[in-house]
Amino acid sequence: MAISIKVNGQEHTYDGDPSIPVLWYVRDVLDMHGTKFGCGTGQCGACTVHVDGKATRGCLLSLESVAGKEITTIEGLDPNGNHPVQKAWRAHNVPQCGYCQAGQIMSAASLLADNPKASGEQIEQQMAGNICRCGCYQRIQAAVESAASEMEG
Amino acid sequence: MYRHIEQAIEAELNGEPAAADSLPLATGFIEKVSRRKFLKISGGSAAMALAMQIVPGSALAYDPYPTGAEGMPHKTVIDPQVFVAIDADGTVTLTTHRSEMGTGARTSVPLALADEMEADWSRVKLRQAEGDEPKYGNQDTDGSRSLRHYLQPMRQMGASVRLMLEQAAAQKWGVDVSLVKAENHEVHMKDGSKSIGFGEVAADAMAMELPAFEDLTFKTDDEFRYLGKGEVPMYDLHDITTGKARYGADITLDGMKFAAVARPGVVGAKVISVDDTEAMKIPGVERIVKIAGSMPPAKFAPLGGVAVVANNTWAAIKGRDALKIEWSDSPHSTFNTAAYADEMRATAKKPGKVLRKVGDPDAAFANAKRVFSQEYYQPHMQHAQMEPLVAVADYKEGKLDIWAPVQSPYGARTDTAAALGMDPKDVRVEVSLLGGGFGRKSKCDYVIEAALVSKEIGAPVKLQWTREDDVRGGFYHTTSVERLEAALDSNDKVVGWRHRSVSPTLFSLFVEDPGHTSALEGGMGLVDTPIGVENLVAESGEAKAHTRVGWFRSVSNIPRAWGVQSFIAELAHDLGRDPKDMLIELIGPDRKIDPVAADMKDLWNYGEPYEEFPNDTARLRGVIELAAKKAGWGKDLPKGEALGIAAHRSFVTYVATVVRVKVDDNGNVSIPETHMAVDCGFCGNPERVASQMEGAAVMGMTLAMHSSINHENGAVTNSNFHDYPVVRINSYPKQVHTHIVEHPFSVHATGIGEPGVPPFAPALANAIFAATGKRYRDLPFGENVG
Repeated sequence: MAISIKVNGQEHTYDGDPSIPVLWYVRDVLDMHGTKFGCGTGQCGACTVHVDGKATRGCLLSLESVAGKEITTIEGLDPNGNHPVQKAWRAHNVPQCGYCQAGQIMSAASLLADNPKASGEQIEQQMAGNICRCGCYQRIQAAVESAASEMEG
Repeated sequence: MYRHIEQAIEAELNGEPAAADSLPLATGFIEKVSRRKFLKISGGSAAMALAMQIVPGSALAYDPYPTGAEGMPHKTVIDPQVFVAIDADGTVTLTTHRSEMGTGARTSVPLALADEMEADWSRVKLRQAEGDEPKYGNQDTDGSRSLRHYLQPMRQMGASVRLMLEQAAAQKWGVDVSLVKAENHEVHMKDGSKSIGFGEVAADAMAMELPAFEDLTFKTDDEFRYLGKGEVPMYDLHDITTGKARYGADITLDGMKFAAVARPGVVGAKVISVDDTEAMKIPGVERIVKIAGSMPPAKFAPLGGVAVVANNTWAAIKGRDALKIEWSDSPHSTFNTAAYADEMRATAKKPGKVLRKVGDPDAAFANAKRVFSQEYYQPHMQHAQMEPLVAVADYKEGKLDIWAPVQSPYGARTDTAAALGMDPKDVRVEVSLLGGGFGRKSKCDYVIEAALVSKEIGAPVKLQWTREDDVRGGFYHTTSVERLEAALDSNDKVVGWRHRSVSPTLFSLFVEDPGHTSALEGGMGLVDTPIGVENLVAESGEAKAHTRVGWFRSVSNIPRAWGVQSFIAELAHDLGRDPKDMLIELIGPDRKIDPVAADMKDLWNYGEPYEEFPNDTARLRGVIELAAKKAGWGKDLPKGEALGIAAHRSFVTYVATVVRVKVDDNGNVSIPETHMAVDCGFCGNPERVASQMEGAAVMGMTLAMHSSINHENGAVTNSNFHDYPVVRINSYPKQVHTHIVEHPFSVHATGIGEPGVPPFAPALANAIFAATGKRYRDLPFGENVG
């Protein structure tokens, strides 16, 4: 039976293997490439998407488990790419290679939606699921903190 | 780097230090070739559209200088018609021919051209060059060479185009060119009477004859608009934050299939039989394709195995996992990490092959009152770049198109052509952004696999490695034991110095394993040591590779700095000395090391002419003192906190690192602050230099505490981030402060991508010792010292 799903506000149906992870569904089926493959085991966060607004690892999430739910990918975070987290990322020149950054941004956006007053320590704890091998953490932390103050203010 | 390595191998096997233009070691120095003569020689190179020459009396803002670029395959191409296009609307399109993997090279290299031509960066677009070195010059993006080799050619092209634009405007206005000036994307009359946009004169300008070098003028440093400022963000910054940036897997072709490959666990093992019954039941799986294997030395040939082709990546991976394959044995099936480390330690205790000898070290050790010695170990490591290997290939009617994240696009093109028995002119390689590289994406086995599968199935294919494939199918950073010995006289003066390195060579990828560290690897902190002890010997102990040994960011500098910089701190402690003072004292008086007198005439100097890029101990001392001062070396710190220092020259750049550690009552180590002092000559983009140092600190912490690729019976036992962990945001080194030694353009720009890594681990271990009295000599040592 076909699965219905909403991605970035658009309705889709899929009648292939229902166990396909959301990561591969958005990448290979919908041809949306902002969500990245990093480890396939939920350890690196490169594939982070929002499911009904909550940051979730797309590589372990079967499509059937999110049937009828609303998925947001980096492409749908903000129509103009100007979510406070995205703006903060640019202001702080966060990325190096950039590959993990979509996942980082999706995690940060979800974290701040839940807790706009997140402390430095809370940011560290909640962003610890996202690996950056280039080592941009110093700037990630600074960017999340400044996005938090923008969202609060 | 690797084609440079191949040249080095050829030179070594021929018993020569190196041919002057293939491996410019100390060429300029040894042959006493003056800079002017060198320039004239390299200026004669056919590959250069414009020769770089010093013309007496010309109004140059800087003296052009030779670099190792002319020793690289296909050297440099200095031709504005190749790199610059200007539309009638004023849009300037610059071709950027270096791969972007996080250093910012894709932006910083053309930025130099834009600056010199007075283009407004906001009106510049970048076009990524396909792999074509005869057209663009060398494209190997490794060895920390992008700015070091291309600042000058870019400026020369910028100055040429600026003059052509001025000439076109002057012609249009019927005035002498001396009356006009190009500035910020337009040409104006110097008297302010007229101005015209670049776009309006572009067609005429680009049709001009290329100006002679002696007619060019160059900006003075204070005229730079972008260079040295660090105010221009990476070209792809916006796209990266919105998910639009395109990496290796982010292309879709009509009719494209998806593939994943089952590879042997042990290098050299072959498929005996394959049962695909279960794999073919996976929805979406279409077929399997066998890939022939290889045994080192086989350069970047695929490991071989069985590819599963499907209609999406997930199905391909599931299908691959469902294959039942019987593998043959391999001569490397006996390789075990622990036993091999013991062998290396045993070898390190015996005399090795002498690579450099000054004075009479044997007598110094024989007559010593006391010998202080220690050994330092580092296991194999893997790059673990965030983007697992991936390539898209489309073989059709004798032509092959490739899209891939590659550090060496032309190398990938020629190697893939060779693997498929094709002419390179029938192969095209388009370069995506690289989701990290660190040396792994210089080796194109994944590209060859995709090409082979595409040819076999007659359709385009995206071939994706999983994280496990990436961890287990690596070209691993060498493992090593570094043994250091100091001979002390009755006054505790260091009168003899021995450094013996036991480390399998990456040359074993290319030729039958020589069993010793190569001149290239020896030049990374072993033979080129700045230690000024009068009786000194550098040796290599024999070690044969049992896996594919490749290069990893900063290569052999990692184990060498780990050994030397840890040892110096240990020696200082033993003698009751301050480690920073001891380090400076051992380096000795300020000098540019004379490679002949110091028995380093075969020195690998990162491919750079030694006379232009000498080993200058004053600059090394300079960064040590700068980092120490900024970190407050010697100040009182709270209980459980301490500083550690280390310094190292690599990629002709000098870096000193002071790490402050905090060890809590449970032995957990955190790093509240780090100061890194960098002397990289002229700094083209300080903002990206800082980001490279911050990243190097994280990578240095990771390799110090976590990184070990472990082999059992020839196979890697690690698989993913749970057993090959990397530092995360909950433990990263906080407050990394980068202090850049400021220099004018005339002080040659040197490497940046790699030199920050080597000093970090020893600085950290030295700080932990200072805080706790616990000394680590084996990497990785974990994050708890309790």
